[in-house]
Amino acid sequence: MSVFAFYLFAICVIAGGFFTVVSRNPVHSVLWLILAFLSSAGLFVLLGAEFVAMLLVIVYVGAVAVLFLFVVMMLDVDFAELKAEMARYMPLALLIGLVILMQFVMAFGVWEASHVAEEMRAQVTPVDRHNTEALGLILYDQYFLLFQLSGLILLVAMIGAIVLTLRHRTSVKRQDVLAQMYRDPAKAMELRDVKPGQGL
Amino acid sequence: MIQADLNVILPEIMLAVYAMAALLVAVYTGKDKLAPMLVWLTAAGMVIIAAIVGLSGDGTNVAFGGMFVDDAFSRFAKVTILLSAAAVLVMSQDYMTRRGLLRFEYPILVALASVGMMMMVSAGDLMALYMGLELQSLALYVVASLRRDSAKSTEAGLKYFVLGALSSGLLLYGASLVYGYSGTTLFSGIIQAAQHGEVSLGMLFGLIFVISGLAFKVSAVPFHMWTPDVYEGSPTPVTAFFATAPKMAAMGLFARVAHDAFGGIVADWSQVIALLSLLSMFLGAVAAIGQTNIKRLMAYSSIAHMGYALMGLAAGTAFGVQALLVYMVIYVTMNVGTFAFILMMEKDGQPVTDIRSLGMYSKREPGRALAMLVLLFSLAGVPPMLGFFGKLYVLRAAYDAGLAWLAIAGVVASVIGAFYYLRIVYYMYFGDDESEALDQGSGTPVLWGFLMASAAVMVLGIINMFGVEGAAAAAAAVLVN
Repeated sequence: MSVFAFYLFAICVIAGGFFTVVSRNPVHSVLWLILAFLSSAGLFVLLGAEFVAMLLVIVYVGAVAVLFLFVVMMLDVDFAELKAEMARYMPLALLIGLVILMQFVMAFGVWEASHVAEEMRAQVTPVDRHNTEALGLILYDQYFLLFQLSGLILLVAMIGAIVLTLRHRTSVKRQDVLAQMYRDPAKAMELRDVKPGQGL
Repeated sequence: MIQADLNVILPEIMLAVYAMAALLVAVYTGKDKLAPMLVWLTAAGMVIIAAIVGLSGDGTNVAFGGMFVDDAFSRFAKVTILLSAAAVLVMSQDYMTRRGLLRFEYPILVALASVGMMMMVSAGDLMALYMGLELQSLALYVVASLRRDSAKSTEAGLKYFVLGALSSGLLLYGASLVYGYSGTTLFSGIIQAAQHGEVSLGMLFGLIFVISGLAFKVSAVPFHMWTPDVYEGSPTPVTAFFATAPKMAAMGLFARVAHDAFGGIVADWSQVIALLSLLSMFLGAVAAIGQTNIKRLMAYSSIAHMGYALMGLAAGTAFGVQALLVYMVIYVTMNVGTFAFILMMEKDGQPVTDIRSLGMYSKREPGRALAMLVLLFSLAGVPPMLGFFGKLYVLRAAYDAGLAWLAIAGVVASVIGAFYYLRIVYYMYFGDDESEALDQGSGTPVLWGFLMASAAVMVLGIINMFGVEGAAAAAAAVLVN
């Protein structure tokens, strides 16, 4: 049963990836991408990593893919032109892809990990611990440094987004609520007695 | 236990906490009005941290289960990185203020990039390596497109970002292969798995991918395409930053990965790096000949110099690493001075980058022209300037390691490359007087000071290199054993 499920999910991932690249309509591409994400979440469940599977669904399908959809629909990108550009380089790309594929067949064909690798490799899932708990233990203990560093990276990303996009426009009149509230007739109005035929 | 670990990474914590505190203070108070002060403060902080790192004694400390290594090698690299970053920051203040580019985020981003660079040279794990690299790169992408209204600057940032993402992908794929075949991401574990004669093909593929990713960061041919465009498009002080500290960090990381993780299979990576080195030297020398924009010219110059530095690494010996470190320190010092000169090239207060505008510069500014002459001779590797001894060092390392062909190629490339450095000298001393003259007395005393100091180092350094040689030898001895 699980073998069947594995092949089902695996085929779905590959098909999803393939159609993401080749489909003509960009919205369809994103939908295929969502299929690929969902199927890989299924693969994670088969491995016994439910938490990562849930993350994949919530973060990638729930947030990232929806964001993609927004970008695709909101931005005026001429995908036909991009595709035409891609077609020009297709033969070269196929050649390079083929060479890399051959190299991978060579590399993975003889899978001989180093003999010390087996002892050094961490267990996939700890026997006596819950999945999420084990992940937390690794993340906040063993990989504490990396966790903090990724926080710094996100901070830099945030600063960068603000630096590059935030503009303080001085020419725009903004509403100042406090100033409005403190206005009174004495400040805002001036009463003059205008004589007939003279003007101001 | 965590206390001991935190003590080891104290300099990094200090710089990161400083950056975050400065960010908060600046956001809640004066914003961009604080920027000039923040630049000086950040530079001062970096110098202080460099002093702390440099004087923290010798010995090797390992923290976080081997992910972070603090040894003589990393300290040497960190001091170079911090001092050059501080120098470039101070140099950029006046230039950026006058052009309205100085925002308070700039010194903070440079400080955070420096934290990333410090993590890079101290990495003891593939994941820590990647985190440091990304922290550095992300900050660099942002500062590259700091001039938001210029199409060139935006293009520079975007190009750097897209190609940087590609190189990160290559690096990560390689790291995953290495992990798959060795069962660990720790360098101390990989070196046990990657021993001579029992390395599987997959592991080698991983190694090549990792090298490709790192070669992108040091802009070695054939991963150099981004360099000229990014150098040209970025604001000049940012270009100066790109040409100094990140290059040292990437080279330090390269050396660390090569020796700490793959020290058991030197023969396997040495030939790859020798090829990268050969291509970089020749492309850097030939492609710069047609350039008249001094920033593009410096980009090709840095590609060529990275080729020479990689020659030291290709040797695969402790002496090779020592030569690499000495070469990098000399390179960084030369570039600080050269960019101080470029920052002073102005006409009617606007920056000029065309080298033909330097016609007969020596008549108007004899002191500056002489200092630039010394720096250009040094960049070209003309004796008796310090740059010549840097080249001599790496050539000797390559020759001793049996890479005589590479050393000879290095000499040939150096002769070709001398042409374009000497052409600038030609313009300055014998050029066309009719051309529109640059402003006289432009630039600040700070820039002038850095130009003169750097030129003085190129001449006086030949006496004993200010003790850099000994420190580099100690650093190399820790890395290669």
